[in-house]
Amino acid sequence: MPTSEDYKGQVPAWCPGCGNFQILSTIKQALIELGIEPWEVLVVSGIGQAGKLPHYIKCHTFNGLHGRTLPVATAAKLANHSLHVIAVAGDGDCYGEGGNHFLHAIRRNPNISLFVHNNQIYGLTKGQASPTTAEGTYTTIQPYGVLQESMNPLAMAISQNCSFVARGFAGDQEHLKELMKAAIKHKGFALLDILQPCVTFNKINTFKWYRDRVYRLGDDYDPYNRNKAFEKSLEWGDKIPNGIFYKYEREIFEERVPAIQEKPLVRQKFSLEEVKHEIEKFY
Amino acid sequence: MSRIRGGHNFYQIRLSDQKITASREMVDILLALDLNTIEIHRKSVDEGGFILYDSEIAKKKFEEPEFIDIPFRKIALDVGKNSVMANTVATGAALGILDLGLEALKKILRETFSRKGEEVVQANIACAEAGYKYALTNCPKCEAFGIREPEGKRLMIITGLQAIAMGAIMSGCKFYSAYPMSPSTGIMEYLASRAEEYNLVVEQAEDEIAAINMAIGASFAGVRAMTGTSGGGFALMVEGLSLIGMTETPLVIAEMQRPGPATGFPTRTEQGDLLFVLHAGHGEFPRVIFEPGTPKQAFYLTNRAFELAEKYQIPVFILSDQYLAESEWTFEELGSEKLIYNDYRLREEDLKGVEDYKRYKFSSTGISLLAVPGEAGKHLVVADSDEHDEEGHIVEDSETRIKMVQKRLLKKLPLIKKEIETPFLYGDPSPKIVLVGHGSTYGVIKEVVDTIPKDKKAAMLHFSQIYPFSERDRFDYIGLLENADLTICIENNATGQFARLIRAETGFEFSHQISKYDGRPFTIENLKEELHAYI
Repeated sequence: MPTSEDYKGQVPAWCPGCGNFQILSTIKQALIELGIEPWEVLVVSGIGQAGKLPHYIKCHTFNGLHGRTLPVATAAKLANHSLHVIAVAGDGDCYGEGGNHFLHAIRRNPNISLFVHNNQIYGLTKGQASPTTAEGTYTTIQPYGVLQESMNPLAMAISQNCSFVARGFAGDQEHLKELMKAAIKHKGFALLDILQPCVTFNKINTFKWYRDRVYRLGDDYDPYNRNKAFEKSLEWGDKIPNGIFYKYEREIFEERVPAIQEKPLVRQKFSLEEVKHEIEKFY
Repeated sequence: MSRIRGGHNFYQIRLSDQKITASREMVDILLALDLNTIEIHRKSVDEGGFILYDSEIAKKKFEEPEFIDIPFRKIALDVGKNSVMANTVATGAALGILDLGLEALKKILRETFSRKGEEVVQANIACAEAGYKYALTNCPKCEAFGIREPEGKRLMIITGLQAIAMGAIMSGCKFYSAYPMSPSTGIMEYLASRAEEYNLVVEQAEDEIAAINMAIGASFAGVRAMTGTSGGGFALMVEGLSLIGMTETPLVIAEMQRPGPATGFPTRTEQGDLLFVLHAGHGEFPRVIFEPGTPKQAFYLTNRAFELAEKYQIPVFILSDQYLAESEWTFEELGSEKLIYNDYRLREEDLKGVEDYKRYKFSSTGISLLAVPGEAGKHLVVADSDEHDEEGHIVEDSETRIKMVQKRLLKKLPLIKKEIETPFLYGDPSPKIVLVGHGSTYGVIKEVVDTIPKDKKAAMLHFSQIYPFSERDRFDYIGLLENADLTICIENNATGQFARLIRAETGFEFSHQISKYDGRPFTIENLKEELHAYI
């Protein structure tokens, strides 16, 4: 069994009090409790405060470009589906710059988990609006307030029949850990949106703001009802539900790609002898 | 040309019992399936040539001696009971006028129409035979060209795209992700058609950004990967190219040029992206650019691209253009004997004795061990787009930065340069006239050199391994140019990009340049005409 020592990474360069610290310790705990060893997991991240996360764990890491997390993660999974692949992104990273990849990852349904650190602001670039920043929020470059409606990633994912849609809160680590474990264990593309207070640049959506509003979906909630899930995903305001909103079990991408049915692509040895007759076809 | 919609479309076929490598401006037989074709191409019919047409389809009768009126449509209706087979009748007639026999055409008709059932196959064969017979009996000068069915050696027929894709398969490429874009799509189509046979993963990405990032993800995870596109799609890939540079992830990228800017001429040809591909990507990192001159070079250079990409952990380009990519070429001798395959990726057994694996460990060559994540025991593989330390973690200090730039760029460059083959000299060994070309102009320049009288001492200097430039101590090609009286750089673009590159890299200036930027390839006639002013 792995221990927390096995997952001890670099010293984080986040602001003191940042919600990312809770996400970091929770993800480590989830991996330990699932018995996954560091060399069995690949974390792919983009750019933003969330993108630094894999450096602070200790595992295979591909810290790529802003917004490009999912294409890298999807292909890495296709190349070696024996790895646990977790994609880590921020709200600007995944829902803004990488929005198109997000939609198409839902369609492909690879067996990877996507953890989105959703702090409703751009932290790394110091406080501009993200796609999930509330309408009307004033920032240094939105002096008239944000003029767009904020994006609802959960409703969007459910509308596209994403196979697992959940939301957690960095301030409720016990619940978040269970959601992370459920997402990793889920067979298919799993979106876990994580409400993460940014103590430096988002003075509205603070720990207190969330604590006053969030509640856990109860045991009587049925995540297999898509219409109900969509309705639930629209609930945002005085009350903010967290938990597994929607589950739709279907064949995963790796099961549909014929080349990797027998063994992972990465373990298929190349032999020129086996392909050289290809030339003959052109005579 | 290929036009992916309705409207005028044409295809040129050149036959010879000699080796031929280029297109001609003039044709001997024009097979016109409509009036438009006659009006557009009539001026391209050589003296002594013919125009085969159907006055009923054209709704016009031509009385000039070169016109041969054959009732394509009527024969198709009489024999095949369907006017749609008029083109089969016409193809049969074209073979009839050459008296070439019908066996090859019958084979193709069987292959093409077998899916539609035996009845359709037989109707087409009957139409081909009727067209053939009609031409044979009604054409007065059917032996004019004296072409015979070839004897002996079997020849291959292959497009540039197929040669690249086959080269990829035979180099161990297992993953190809791309977004459809003419004229590069043929690579993806070919690989998809072979996916089942060779266990390939071929993924159509949502955009070119995803395409290159997917290929990077697959390569990072341990399989040989490739992507392909044309100029506009490559513009979207540029960010990913820079990611390759920083993460040192091996990748082969095919860029099949069409005339730009923007959407340009989607189905035409140009060599306008050379300097774009050379300079694309923010920051400084090494790259290799190959630009094959023939499908054969495309095949072997693709193999070489995979070798160099993985050996040096760099991006390697196969740069080509619509003309080479989509034309079909006949030639002999393509073998698997000269192919190279060295697996530079390291797995558990290869890493025995490595205590503390570091993805970006400093070394005298700049090359660090490339381990496969998850297959390398407990070793962890950490790649980062940020500047990083030897382990792959983010750093900010100048000392590490300097050492990393030296590692991934400065130390590798001279080693990569040693791998590059010198340009190919054809013709006079100490030439007074040198025609310089790169990529797909190989064939036309070579044939034109053959037409220049020997006493003029002419030669072609052709570059297919474009960048970096090869070392001059093996072949002093710049010295050769300096010793010539006339040096002409011939390019399918408006600004002479390769001539500028040579000047930038070596200081050499050509005495003349020939540029063609009408979206069409050079033909033997128009290159000769251009040269007429100088030679």
